[in-house]
Parts: sequence; C-alpha cells; structure tokens
Amino acid sequence: MDRRAFLRTAGAGLGLVSIVAVRPAGATPERMQAAIRRVVGSAPVTPGRVKLEVPPLSENGHAVPLTVSVESPMTEADHVRAVHVFTEINPLPDVATFRFSPRSGRARVSTRVRLANTQTVVAIGELSNGSFWSDRATVVVTLAACLEGPL
Amino acid sequence: MARALINVPGQARRGEIIEIKTLISHVMETGHRRTEAGAPIARDIIRQFVCTYNGAEVFRADLHPAIAANPFLVFSTVATESGTLTFTWTGDNGFSVTESAAITVS
Repeated sequence: MDRRAFLRTAGAGLGLVSIVAVRPAGATPERMQAAIRRVVGSAPVTPGRVKLEVPPLSENGHAVPLTVSVESPMTEADHVRAVHVFTEINPLPDVATFRFSPRSGRARVSTRVRLANTQTVVAIGELSNGSFWSDRATVVVTLAACLEGPL
Repeated sequence: MARALINVPGQARRGEIIEIKTLISHVMETGHRRTEAGAPIARDIIRQFVCTYNGAEVFRADLHPAIAANPFLVFSTVATESGTLTFTWTGDNGFSVTESAAITVS
C-alpha cells in the first residue's frame, strides 16, 4: 500500500469511528422518559422558559459544569417550585431536583455533574401554577465518567 | 469529617438577591463501580442539601449519583433580615454535616 492509499484508508477509518462515537445521542431512551413521567405525571411539558447551560464539548465527564435557570418573577403567586435534571444514558436517568421558593429570589442553580458518555441532558422547570417547561442540550464527552476505573 | 466551603456575602442591602456558593468534600461513590476483584462498591452519596435562612427553608436539592464528587452548588436567596444561614448535607451511611454563616442586612 503506498502512502496515499494508506492515508485514504486511515481517514475513512477515523470518520467511521467518530460517527460511531456520536451516534448514541440520537434517540431519547425510554428510561429517561419514564423518569420524567414520574415527576410530571400526565401534564404536558412545553419547551421554553427554562435555560440549560452546559458546555457543548466536555473533556472530562466526571465533572461537567451545569447551570439551569428559569424565567420567573419569583413572587408568591408566580414562582418556580422546582427544577429537575435528567440524562439520557447515564446508569440512572435522575441527576438532581432543586426546590425553590419565592425566598430564593431567582430560579437559578449551578453544579457539576457526571456524564457517562456523549448524551442529551434535559432540564424541566415546575412552576407554581402547575405547568412544566423544559430545555435540552447535548454534551459531547471525550473522557466518559464510565463505570470502571478510579475517579 | 467532611470539609465544607461556604461563600456568603457578609453584608447585603434589604431585598437584594445574594448568591451563595457551597462545596463539600465527599466521594459521591455511585454504587455502579466494582473493585478490581469484581466486588461491587456500595453507594455512598450525599442525598440531600437544605439551606435555611433564620429557620425558613429557601433552597433544597435532592442529589443522585450523577452529581460529581465534592458536590458544588451555587444558588441565591433574598436578603430579608440579619441572621444566620444554615446549610445541611445528609446522605448515605449516616452522613450529616451542618454549617452556618452570618449575614448582616442593612
């Protein structure tokens, strides 16, 4: 094999690998949907009002910075009760539930999460009027927080 | 004893929204990992964090294994009156840590 043919083959191989690596982010697995249903019941979940901020690409899945905020006046009559965060292909779909009150001032929280692989993260805001709003983001993880190995 | 770091502004104006940062040392062992011998490692996580302001709850978080080791939380509250903010982390194996911070509201 001459050099040019080798490079062509290697390039095709790399392309194939990256497609395989990105693929799992495609469909939304049922387990996450079931976890979301446990929280929202039969209520509809509308995209909007919630803002989920995660880096589009994370080198280290062990600690991915995550910020969720929900637009709300945070008054007694109209405030955000809770924000629920879910992941698609972690071993467990639940990540955290944050509970707010009008005393919180604003519905915004930041933390660091583990992501087992490249996947979609979903945040759901629960408002005082009983409505649910959502946002989602896909994070590409290069070093996954996998099941084996040391932290 | 777990070490906790808390960042609360010492002074604030009445009605101001203040930002609170907390960090606590904890492995947050997921319960999904195994030792090299293949034995499962039991889950050991902080399950709940509660912040109260002069006794009234202002923020709470239910945590799962997907929260990174040494849980870090940033949230906010309205500075209503001078007093004490209390932070409590509870979790598996009887883990319980309480810290507090004073705030002066003018």
